[in-house]
Amino acid sequence: MAEPAIKRSDESSKIVDEGIDKGIARLTPEKIEQVINKVLAAETGARLKTYVETCVHCGLCSEACHYYLSHDNDPKFSPAGKVKQTIWEILKRKGKVDPEFIRDASRIASTECNLCRRCAMYCPFGIDIAYLMSVVRRLCHMLGVTQLYIQDTAHSHSATLNQMWVKEDEWIDTLFWQEEEAQDEISSLRIPIEKEGSEIFYSVIAPEPKFRAQLIYQAAVIMNAAGVDFTMPATPGWDNSDQCMFTGDYEMMGRLKKVHFETAMRLKVKRIVMGECGHAFRSVYDVGNRWLAWKMPPIPVTHAVEFYYELLKQGKIKIAKKYDKPVTFQDPCNIIRGKGLHEKARYVVDALCEEFIEMHPNREHNYCCCAGGGVINTGPQYKMKRIKGNRIKAEQLFATKTRGAKVIIAPCHNCHGGIEDILHHYGLDMELHFLGDIIYKVMEKPV
Amino acid sequence: MAMHNFSTWDWETGKKLVVDTTKWKDMFNWIEEPYASPDGERIAVVVKTGDMEFSVCENNTPWQNTFDKIWYLKFGSDNRLTALVSDMGAWTVAVDGVAWENTFDFVWNTKFGADGKNITVAAQKDMEYFAVTNDIPWETRFSDLSNLTISHDGKRVAGVVPTVMIKQGDIFKFQEGCYSAVVNGKPWDANFVNLWGLAFSHDSEHVAAEVRTSLYDYTIAVDGVLWDKVYSSVWMPQFSPANGSVTAPVRIAGKWTLAQDGKLFWDRSFDQLWHHMYSTDGKKIAAIVATKYGRWTIAVNGIPWSLTFGDLVTDAVFSPDGNRIACIGKEDGKWTIAVDGRAWGEKYDMVWQPVFSPDSRKVAAKVERNGQYTTVIDGKPLKKSYKALWNPVFSPDSKKILIKGIEGDPDGGKYFRLVLPVNDITG
Repeated sequence: MAEPAIKRSDESSKIVDEGIDKGIARLTPEKIEQVINKVLAAETGARLKTYVETCVHCGLCSEACHYYLSHDNDPKFSPAGKVKQTIWEILKRKGKVDPEFIRDASRIASTECNLCRRCAMYCPFGIDIAYLMSVVRRLCHMLGVTQLYIQDTAHSHSATLNQMWVKEDEWIDTLFWQEEEAQDEISSLRIPIEKEGSEIFYSVIAPEPKFRAQLIYQAAVIMNAAGVDFTMPATPGWDNSDQCMFTGDYEMMGRLKKVHFETAMRLKVKRIVMGECGHAFRSVYDVGNRWLAWKMPPIPVTHAVEFYYELLKQGKIKIAKKYDKPVTFQDPCNIIRGKGLHEKARYVVDALCEEFIEMHPNREHNYCCCAGGGVINTGPQYKMKRIKGNRIKAEQLFATKTRGAKVIIAPCHNCHGGIEDILHHYGLDMELHFLGDIIYKVMEKPV
Repeated sequence: MAMHNFSTWDWETGKKLVVDTTKWKDMFNWIEEPYASPDGERIAVVVKTGDMEFSVCENNTPWQNTFDKIWYLKFGSDNRLTALVSDMGAWTVAVDGVAWENTFDFVWNTKFGADGKNITVAAQKDMEYFAVTNDIPWETRFSDLSNLTISHDGKRVAGVVPTVMIKQGDIFKFQEGCYSAVVNGKPWDANFVNLWGLAFSHDSEHVAAEVRTSLYDYTIAVDGVLWDKVYSSVWMPQFSPANGSVTAPVRIAGKWTLAQDGKLFWDRSFDQLWHHMYSTDGKKIAAIVATKYGRWTIAVNGIPWSLTFGDLVTDAVFSPDGNRIACIGKEDGKWTIAVDGRAWGEKYDMVWQPVFSPDSRKVAAKVERNGQYTTVIDGKPLKKSYKALWNPVFSPDSKKILIKGIEGDPDGGKYFRLVLPVNDITG
């Protein structure tokens, strides 16, 4: 790969983002140098040094990146290229970079990288380039340069301890509402709230009560049909999501994970089962818990894919009639590369569906949806950038459709957001569902 | 610590059948999980008495009043039973079956003062938020209310409220500080970017809060006045019962230590430090700490136990005399109790917060193994196990223990109140 010269992107000037513009306007070269060097000295160490010094600039990471592939192999979008344009330059110049450099660094780290970690698999040394991009995001956060939409989400996290400004009563009321709706279908159904000593705390992300309340309904049907002893809290801590992890506000990330796990401890549950979300899994299973000094989640966390696998394998959910449309499966980065749930996911899909058609590449080699890593949360002005940055996903889906797939199953909220936009823009005319949607459709339900 | 009026309870040794809960099945077709009163004399459960009609069955008798929804059954330490109830969509609190006169669009988060007399809930009406204590709502209303906190005597109530209206997405206004603490309906004069955990002083007169004054600066505010130091993060503050000073865990250079009134208080730092607590006389402070990444224990006045746990430490408690500490520890997925730096030998599937006897000599805890519950005192289990069990209570003279539990196999269900000599268990 030819390494790109340091070149300011003309795209950054086209997208208006008040969060970036005002943040940049407040910066001076002195402040930038001081903040960068303080953060690098206090928060980075052997890991950053090892990654930076180990990279031999071979470029094998390039073809791992959906942005690179979707931009006709433009080296600016290769993982190594992104590193070269950001953290390498920052280190080389010992933090002496100007505000416009920070504008570009923020654009690259927050809107041209999903932290999907596909490139780490293609690096001969396993360098975690997502970590390097996270360091850049952290620097931008500390400099006050973050895209407005995701910063607003981070504010919501700080003020309400959930992602969507959901007030305490609104959350509880949503659970009551979904319980009542579901009782029209299954009269004995219950969503037990604050039931101490339950086996499971079922946790969700705030977009569920805000926009996709039917997912809570469906989860309640699945839990009740399977006879699962579960509860949901009436307090903050119910939301497992974490955009602060992606803006680089790690102090707030820690606060969110503390309240989440302490809610589980207060409820005396054996484990947390979480809905179909990928980024939240990364936060509770890897990043957020560890920032707090918990080596592993203090209360075990089971992702929905693994939970459905258990329910089906143990016969707790019975299938009335398999789903008859041909399906394919989107492997979400954070639960596949992050936890290795790909075979369990396929067990679930096979148990539910008549015909399963793999997309290629798949499993840990699957392409990212281009929405995760906080990228979709940077706001609508970056939507076309996301869509164009993932033409390769459209091609991958089109090829799968050509082989007969009509439905995409994606057990991740971000994957849904990203793929919905891709389907619409590229005119792919495929359906998109969560696993829970399919289970709800095909399962035997109590009356 | 809740102040039960223990001495008036029935402490005569013996086993009393309070109710056979299996009979509930004959009475109702919808039965939720039961709650036992602190003194063990009553057991209550939400039941369905008709189409969209709910009541609470206490022992064998349902409340006369019915509601279209009931949730959040809670006994106060004076053994009164509260529930959050809805009648035709109007929400309020019912105490021993009698609803408050005021109704609201929603109520939640019931809190009690230590003696149980004062009952507070958060409430929302017409999209305005406030607290209600003993059926008396705050006169001032806010656009939200969180972190509802009640003083020890239950007479004062605090929370976090927005004080400046922010338009959606106005991140710059937000960062100027749009929130404050409110005490009995009156907000502090100062605004902050965020406030979280609130703590009342022991005389109920003062409130301390963990606050963020910018995206990066965290500190403690006491009655709205900031400490003169900022940190990269803080956790919940506490007032000293001895001298009214305020302490809080603070994060400096990636490590946690304890600060008092804005000055460093402990001379060592930890990978984590939270949930600090005072002995009754205020002379000792204990906290849950991580001595290194992934190793958890208790530190007393800054000195950690040598015993550590890998998964977590939680629910620490001081003995009444302040000389002992018990907590829950978890290692490799199994739970146990640790007292004064030594773990009980047995491990369990779950453990509840340990309880000290009034003379501070004994520690008891509810534990779970294979879906059955029992009580363990100083590591020695009661032989009987239960399908449901509540936290044990020692008698005022520390010689007896009250066990409240539902016996039986999955189909059984007799709820007993049992008073045992402690020596029967510990030998």
